[in-house]
Amino acid sequence: MALRWPRVLGAGAAVIVLGAAVLWYGSAPRPASAETWEGLGEPEFARGEALFWAGGCTGCHAADGAKGEEVRILSGGLALTSPFGTFHVPNISSDPEAGIGAWTLAEFGNAMTRGVGRDGEHLYPSFPYTSYVRMSPADVNDLYGYLQTLPASGNVTPPHDLPFPYNMRMALGPWKFLFFADEPRVEIASADDRIRRGQFLVEGPGHCGECHTPRNALGGLKTDLWLAGAANPEGEGRIPNITPGSRSVGSWSEADLVSYFETGFTPDYDSVGGSMVEVQQNLSHLPQEDLAAIAAYLKAVPARE
Amino acid sequence: MRLSSCALAVAAASLCLSSALAQEEPQVVRQNLMKEIGRSVGAMGAIAKGEKPYDAAVVEQSLTTISTNIQAFPDQFPPGSEEGHETDALPIVWERPEEFRSQADELYSEAQALLAAMPADQAAVGEAMRRLGATCSDCHETFRAKKQ
Ligand code: HEC
Ligand code: HEC
Ligand code: HEC
Repeated sequence: MALRWPRVLGAGAAVIVLGAAVLWYGSAPRPASAETWEGLGEPEFARGEALFWAGGCTGCHAADGAKGEEVRILSGGLALTSPFGTFHVPNISSDPEAGIGAWTLAEFGNAMTRGVGRDGEHLYPSFPYTSYVRMSPADVNDLYGYLQTLPASGNVTPPHDLPFPYNMRMALGPWKFLFFADEPRVEIASADDRIRRGQFLVEGPGHCGECHTPRNALGGLKTDLWLAGAANPEGEGRIPNITPGSRSVGSWSEADLVSYFETGFTPDYDSVGGSMVEVQQNLSHLPQEDLAAIAAYLKAVPARE
Repeated sequence: MRLSSCALAVAAASLCLSSALAQEEPQVVRQNLMKEIGRSVGAMGAIAKGEKPYDAAVVEQSLTTISTNIQAFPDQFPPGSEEGHETDALPIVWERPEEFRSQADELYSEAQALLAAMPADQAAVGEAMRRLGATCSDCHETFRAKKQ
């Protein structure tokens, strides 16, 4: 009897080790195959610039409070507070030492679409690669080409300030296993080209759902409540519902939406506020057709109250 | 000061005077100045969205009202008007008066520059809206209480 325990424990430990190994293997960082990033040719800078504005890189990677042209200097340093601790956003300027100027396209592409860092580590989803994964290798090539034309900054940013266990990047494996996928967020049966373009911009680079969709206790998006509004991580108020079922946006026309993205004015000419100000100022750089595509998509997603 | 800036802008004078004189309370005066700015932006927005045809007189009148009102606006925050009449002005208006004034100046210069160039068609009015919009949200973000 006294002897059975160690054996049971041994068996238990073996199961745990095996389970951990399966989980570990299943959730190890997965860069894309090397060929993914080969033969993409010269980047198209104008397309890259549109992805840059749609992607809102400046909102996190520019210095805190940067205005006007300064937002193009992606020096990092902004402290992003979250329930899991404080993230210090890295420098992704074209500086070869402090920034990502010396990265290969594959290294950049794996960060953007796989959430895998330069040393093969998992990246935190506070960097919204969970949305950016919807960009194609050609998109990534254009975006990287454009980023390299932006100013270099030598700013060195501090490491993140996260308590245990959130400081363990390894623990992100199972999280990604559960919540990281490149599938469409919603199925729209009769989507035309315009709605599909809007779907790409909103679900992909625009990462609108990262703010406008509620999250579960583990920080995964509740996709059945896609764009239905969420608690504001900054504390005050709520981030509004932007589906056709919304009490405010539900009654806006597509032209109202386009005008809001362009100018920051709501249909009753109040001005945009909160964290949407930066998003709107970025969106105002996009071509009119892209803003119309976003509006068409927002009118086509399932209505949520 | 309030009266002279009103008098300067003939086109906006009647609107501006009515709001400045009818109500003495500075909270109400400044809210009315902003409401008129909002209505002016609305008139331009209707053109930008194609709901109304382009009309140079409407554009000029709107930009003039915006200039006149925003010039008078920073003078409507005397001590003692920090609260009451549902004001949404934040205490920071009184803590950082220079910054507040310079945000107002920014909108004023933007409106003046647009008046000088005069947006000549629907697309140009849209671009003007974009430039004005950024100055409204910049100031509201810092100096006005958030909705809800
Ligand atoms: C919501 C905030 C946010 C936005 C928007 C954002 N990032 Fe980041 N980004 C981060 C954070 C936080 C990290 C650090 C992640 C980590 O350490 O695991 C990061 C990391 C990165 C990295 C890896 C850098 C390194 O040194 O490991 C790259 C590359 C990157 N971001 C590029 C971009 C690009 C390009 C865009 C725009 C398309 C963008 N990011 C938009 C927050 C953001
Ligand atoms: C960083 C978080 C964040 C991101 C990312 C974001 N939004 Fe927002 N959005 C907000 C907040 C906060 C508001 C409320 C603004 C206010 O109070 O004026 C808002 C408001 C809106 C509104 C107006 C809703 C209303 O009722 O007034 C629309 C439309 C909208 N967002 C669309 C989008 C689209 C499209 C995207 C992606 C391209 C996007 N948002 C990305 C935070 C975000
Ligand atoms: C210099 C800062 C500043 C600028 C610039 C500014 N606002 Fe305001 N606005 C305020 C403040 C402060 C309030 C709150 C006033 C109060 O309640 O006492 C306000 C209130 C408002 C209101 C609500 C009025 C009411 O009580 O119903 C509207 C509408 C408005 N602003 C529109 C605009 C528009 C449109 C623009 C740009 C064309 C603009 N504002 C530019 C500071 C500014």
